[in-house]
Amino acid sequence: MIGFLTKRILQAIFTVLVVTLVVAFAIRLTGDPALISAQGGGTVTEADLQRIRVALGVDRPFYVQYFGFLKGLLTLDFGRSFVGGTPVSQLIGTALPATLTLAFASLFVSIVLSIPLGVKAATTRGKWPDQAIRIFSLIGLSFPNFWLATMLVLLFAIALQWLPPSGYDGFSSYIMPAVTMGLILTATNVRLVRTTMLDTLRSQYVMVARAKGLSETKVLYKHALRNCAIVLLTFLGVQFGGLLGGIVVVERVFNWPGMGTLAFDAVAARDYPVLQSVITVLSALIIGVNLLIDLAYGLIDPRIRTQ
Amino acid sequence: MIDPILSIEGLSVEFGASRVVDNLSYSVEAGRTLAIVGESGSGKSVTALSIMRLADMAGARFAGGKILFQSSNGPVDLLALSQDQMRSIRGKEIAMIFQEPMTSLNPVFSIGDQISEALILHERLTGAQALEAAAELLAKVRLPDPKGQLKRYPHQLSGGMRQRVMIAMALACKPKLLIADEPTTALDVTIQAQILAILRDLQKEFGIGVIFITHDMGVVAEMADDVVVMRNGRKVEEGDVRTIFAKPVQPYTKALLAAVPKLGAMQGKDLPLRTPLTAATDDGVTTAAEEERIQDTAREDAAPLLEVRDLVVRFDVKRGLFGGVSHRVHAVEKVGFTIYPGETLALVGESGSGKSTIGRTIQQLQAATSGTISFRGRQLTDLNKAERHALRQKIQYIFQDPFESLDPRKTAGFSIAEPILTHRLMSAADAKRKVHELLERVGLTAAHAGRYPHEFSGGQRQRVCIARALACDPELIVADESLSALDVSIQAQIINLMMDLQAERGLAYLFISHDMAVVEKISHRVAVLYLGQIVELGRRRQVFETPAHSYTKRLLSAVPVADPTVRRDTPVPTGEIPSPLRPVGDEPAIVTMSEIEAGHFVAG
Repeated sequence: MIGFLTKRILQAIFTVLVVTLVVAFAIRLTGDPALISAQGGGTVTEADLQRIRVALGVDRPFYVQYFGFLKGLLTLDFGRSFVGGTPVSQLIGTALPATLTLAFASLFVSIVLSIPLGVKAATTRGKWPDQAIRIFSLIGLSFPNFWLATMLVLLFAIALQWLPPSGYDGFSSYIMPAVTMGLILTATNVRLVRTTMLDTLRSQYVMVARAKGLSETKVLYKHALRNCAIVLLTFLGVQFGGLLGGIVVVERVFNWPGMGTLAFDAVAARDYPVLQSVITVLSALIIGVNLLIDLAYGLIDPRIRTQ
Repeated sequence: MIDPILSIEGLSVEFGASRVVDNLSYSVEAGRTLAIVGESGSGKSVTALSIMRLADMAGARFAGGKILFQSSNGPVDLLALSQDQMRSIRGKEIAMIFQEPMTSLNPVFSIGDQISEALILHERLTGAQALEAAAELLAKVRLPDPKGQLKRYPHQLSGGMRQRVMIAMALACKPKLLIADEPTTALDVTIQAQILAILRDLQKEFGIGVIFITHDMGVVAEMADDVVVMRNGRKVEEGDVRTIFAKPVQPYTKALLAAVPKLGAMQGKDLPLRTPLTAATDDGVTTAAEEERIQDTAREDAAPLLEVRDLVVRFDVKRGLFGGVSHRVHAVEKVGFTIYPGETLALVGESGSGKSTIGRTIQQLQAATSGTISFRGRQLTDLNKAERHALRQKIQYIFQDPFESLDPRKTAGFSIAEPILTHRLMSAADAKRKVHELLERVGLTAAHAGRYPHEFSGGQRQRVCIARALACDPELIVADESLSALDVSIQAQIINLMMDLQAERGLAYLFISHDMAVVEKISHRVAVLYLGQIVELGRRRQVFETPAHSYTKRLLSAVPVADPTVRRDTPVPTGEIPSPLRPVGDEPAIVTMSEIEAGHFVAG
């Protein structure tokens, strides 16, 4: 177990390193930050640009910049933003909680909806609830998230005025962005829950559980669902990456001061330190969540635990 | 007469438009065992699930009848209860044990959790009390270290141990009626004997009524007080067990009993015997108009077809921090035998004996760790790729599960023609003709070539598999438990087909089986495997009539005898089948064989 853990953690660290390298390299293909910084400042000479480059530190060779970034990572020093000079760790410090809470709120919405709906669809296979859930899922799959977000804003913020249209301010501000993301995740998750549940319900031990006289709720949610959990968790790990990607768009629509907004602005400003750090933190998160999920397998399934 | 605890009156059950149980009536008394026998599709399991009211949850409709049960609150018609009311009876007053112990327990909950669940639900015990009661139950089913077992998970237990856990679970709330659906079919014979003994003893102790569903007449003879014979959803005959076996009235019952291979039926005969089939018709039992034929096909004067010498197959098990090899499965250890043209050599043994691994190694599906296999005098390792490929034609395989071994998306004709076409033995047109010939030879028709596997019955599918194996004109067929999944009447037909093909074509068979009665009927010589080594090898008559090794004797005595008058009272063997998994460095001792009479070798 210890051996397995060490191996997985080393693998995770290596993966994060590869990601940082790819990001640092790719980002420098997007253009010269000095040009962007100099915009609106009247005529600039090549000498001015060179001064800006020296000030930003982008005149140094790529490997020097990259190892400087890595060194900073060890002490959680991500450098300073090219725009305004704020320490990047401070920017991430306010943006990350906003994004993480929204991501988990979205996952929560999706789990609360997709598990009971998926189970219902599996137990009523081919009958009307299953068909209705299938149609709901198809609609959910075909909606783009920004469109759904806009529709929610039109209905609940503008027409009904129940919820704030945008911003990051207390519980009510979470509802629409979390529901937007949650509904879209639910559309896929329902189908996954349904399929794995159908497989599990065919198992002999489900019949045995029923033969004991257990209630259907116990049979479905204790005996069957726990056996679906491995598949569902694995998929959740994969989905988490997509979720963080999708959040960039939803954060824009709801003006949510999260990592997505931060990244979006950084791209526009060629703000290397911010962009590089945001992507590194997000990928470390995704890798970390998947590592946790791998470890959780052992908790759920004793067969994996004893291996 | 005592009032029955359960009586079924005119029960009819339908799935969609098909009626799977038709106007069925029977009853069970407390303290007695009623065996329900019948072949697949006879409706015996559906009836059991109807009593539990689990059949309607799977989509069945009760088209008529009553199931009267003497519950602790007085008599009730189970079919009239709601699922909610039924839940207080299920698991408490009527319990059920299923066929597959490997899949009956939920893999993610501990044994203790799964047994105590019913006790907490029905007996209102606290968690701690329930676990204590669970440990007592595990002691009753004779599991060693019952307290320790509570914390273990199903995958840590063998099949026999799991089935004991199932029994403990079923008996947890002291039910009045226990339904056991083929509870020992998936188990090895020595383990089967243990489970049957436990069931018998506990039935006496608790005084419960038992409905015992089985297709195995040997088990019926051993367990039942009364018997109901079912066919196509109807009751064919009922009576007490001795009468049914001694004086069956209905032709179907007679044919069913005649088809059962009986251990010891071949006593005094040197060679296998092909016996005519008996079948039930409207006028009675007819025996096919053919003569018995002594299967004198083995050509021991010829050069051996297959020679296996010192075969060793081991699998490494990697464990620990650096994934080093810590254990090895010693599947096959220094096994040697010879098969002559036209001969049937049976490999018998229980789970983990290595019999299937030997078959797979001969078929080159599994690499040998050491040792040699020679076919027609040439070692397999000396062959080049093309020769190996050609050899695959000469050695064919028939598997246990005919459904699993046919591609569901390909027609039977395609599956049969495939080996001919892959080995480029003939043109497509000739192959088609050959397919038709083969289908007719195995008792099907040319029209079956266009059908898909799901359109065949189990027996027909096995015929298709045999036709496929014959397509390349093989000289040796490895038949790995190929009759185990078939009903006895079908089994008898396939045995005769295999013997006819042997007589016609001089085929040799390596017949891998755990079923001693079938082995006795079909084989020329027998090798008994125990933990990867041959412990006894000899002519069929030598091994069956004068078994010399203690394991062979134990194996033979564990087989239930299909005769209720000779119930054994000898104590059943205890203990598990030991595992071939050993730590590295702990090599098993290799047995030495000595010849006690001509051709009869026993490990000393």
